[in-house]
Amino acid sequence: MIRYYLEFEKPIEELEIKIEELKRLSDGKDIDISSEIKRLEKKVRDLRSDIFSTLTPWQKTLVARHPERPYTLDYINMTCSDFIELHGDRRFSDDPSIVGGIAKIKNIPVVILGHQKGRGTKERIYRNFGQPHPEGYRKALRLMKIAERFKRPVITFIDTPGAYPGVGAEERGQAEAIAVNLMEMSRLRVPVVTIVIGEGGSGGALAIGVADRLYMLEHSIYSVISPEGCSAILWKKAGEIGTDDFSRAANALKLTAQDLLSFNIIDDIIPEPLGGAHRDPEGTAGKISDFILKAFEELKTKTPSKLVEERYKRLRKIGSFLEETK
Amino acid sequence: MAWFKKTKDTSSEKKVKIPEGLWIKCEGCKEIVYRKEINKNLKVCPKCNYHFRIGARERLKLLVDEGSFTELDGGLISGDPLNFKDTISYKDRIKENQKKSGLKEAVISGNALIKGYPVCLVVMDFSFMGGSMGSVVGEKIVRAAERCLEEKRTLITISSSGGARMQEGIFSLMQMAKVSAAMAKLKDNGILFISVISDPTFGGVTASFVMLGDIIIAEPRSLIGFAGPRVIEQTIKQPLPEDFQRAEFLLAYGLIDMVVDRKNLREVLAKLIELLQ
Ligand SMILES: [Zn+2]
Repeated sequence: MIRYYLEFEKPIEELEIKIEELKRLSDGKDIDISSEIKRLEKKVRDLRSDIFSTLTPWQKTLVARHPERPYTLDYINMTCSDFIELHGDRRFSDDPSIVGGIAKIKNIPVVILGHQKGRGTKERIYRNFGQPHPEGYRKALRLMKIAERFKRPVITFIDTPGAYPGVGAEERGQAEAIAVNLMEMSRLRVPVVTIVIGEGGSGGALAIGVADRLYMLEHSIYSVISPEGCSAILWKKAGEIGTDDFSRAANALKLTAQDLLSFNIIDDIIPEPLGGAHRDPEGTAGKISDFILKAFEELKTKTPSKLVEERYKRLRKIGSFLEETK
Repeated sequence: MAWFKKTKDTSSEKKVKIPEGLWIKCEGCKEIVYRKEINKNLKVCPKCNYHFRIGARERLKLLVDEGSFTELDGGLISGDPLNFKDTISYKDRIKENQKKSGLKEAVISGNALIKGYPVCLVVMDFSFMGGSMGSVVGEKIVRAAERCLEEKRTLITISSSGGARMQEGIFSLMQMAKVSAAMAKLKDNGILFISVISDPTFGGVTASFVMLGDIIIAEPRSLIGFAGPRVIEQTIKQPLPEDFQRAEFLLAYGLIDMVVDRKNLREVLAKLIELLQ
């Protein structure tokens, strides 16, 4: 299998290629190099453990955007049964950069939805790189309203660079679509559990993420602006910007799951397998489903009014300010 | 979601620098106009009706019954949750902007009367960090909304902002959800919220409370949108249509209720309150 390695994974790649070669060499011959393979496999594990336990915020950003990382539909298929996809906002079109429907997770019927990126050039374009138009947000809200009407909990997966900045998006009210979702989710009368599985890109991410429980995968990010966008605003005037600037911006923005947990913005971090979620999609999906079920357990006894009241309180207390008294 | 990025022909710098000198060039008709004449005319060009940006305090003076405004929550000052530093630290940037604008934050809020009707006003000022929304702006908006609930006042916001404030990172982003949740409470309780948009209003500010007004009014020619025009141009690699993201464009697309001249705003607000609240 051809794997995609990030720049900082090059030493891992070299070792893994070597192991593959050794395996090929030893195949069908009597020379015994299994102990050498074992030695190298341990080395690669240690190396990966070293690299992944000390990822910088920019490196995490790259892992969060890794082209092999599982996407929303992958997780829906791995965590749910009986998934029935629903389409369209009933107003303009069906936006393929947000997918959703009804399904069962461990026999609990739910409404489940999320941003959807594409794999391969063709699907990436079809999914608009996971950047929704207003109709995507309106479809998401329509599904959440179905959940509310039929008293089903809502699960959302966040994975987007942001809402699409385009002419049609503006003409059809991108800002209004996002705003209405924020408002309606804040008063949705069923439990909402949100998981950031990759990239949490600003308002376009938050628009499906006003939740009772908010989790992030270990190497996902969530930020008001991308490191590239932040660099462009801060340093573009001084000349061309590049990786060093993105790295600096990623540090400054405090966008990792670990940062957000320390700020009490999220409830918990869902651990990823060594090397990132794509190294063991099934294992990651299993963890995600554990967290969802735990959240449902915590939320199931709350009345709709209590849920809404507590969701408001969660949001109400977010802020960092001092108050001078006269 | 960044602050508003300056575009070539709508450079905010040009507009902000206007108070210098006796004569100024109008952005609308490109004529040289006598500054005093503009000031006398509510900062509107007498030749082409172009609406220059005005500060929060001036705005208040134009809208409320004389002497009726009481500022509230004026003691709120930004924290620095990210310990953010670019060329200078966020703390220093705040101080710099306080000095430059004479304001403590990007929003002034408080209670007032408009033609005798009790309102709570939230007025943004673009000259303070591009009117960006961080924790203080979010908190002031929510407190204003909560006061409207308690005291049965109409909420009026006058926006002018580049969006969420980058320097407070995720805290700024979450203000979008926080203020939108507060707007839900107003809807649930039949409290009127009138959102007035002035030039420019973008990003996380448009995509939260601004577009949630029961009535949405914009000043003529104001630039309003989610993504800034330059970001869109870079994405689609095409020139943008004429009048794209102007108030009149939003009106034509059904996104706002009306475009109202500055000189008529007070009258229109009072009439709406009379008819609805
Ligand atoms: Zn003019």
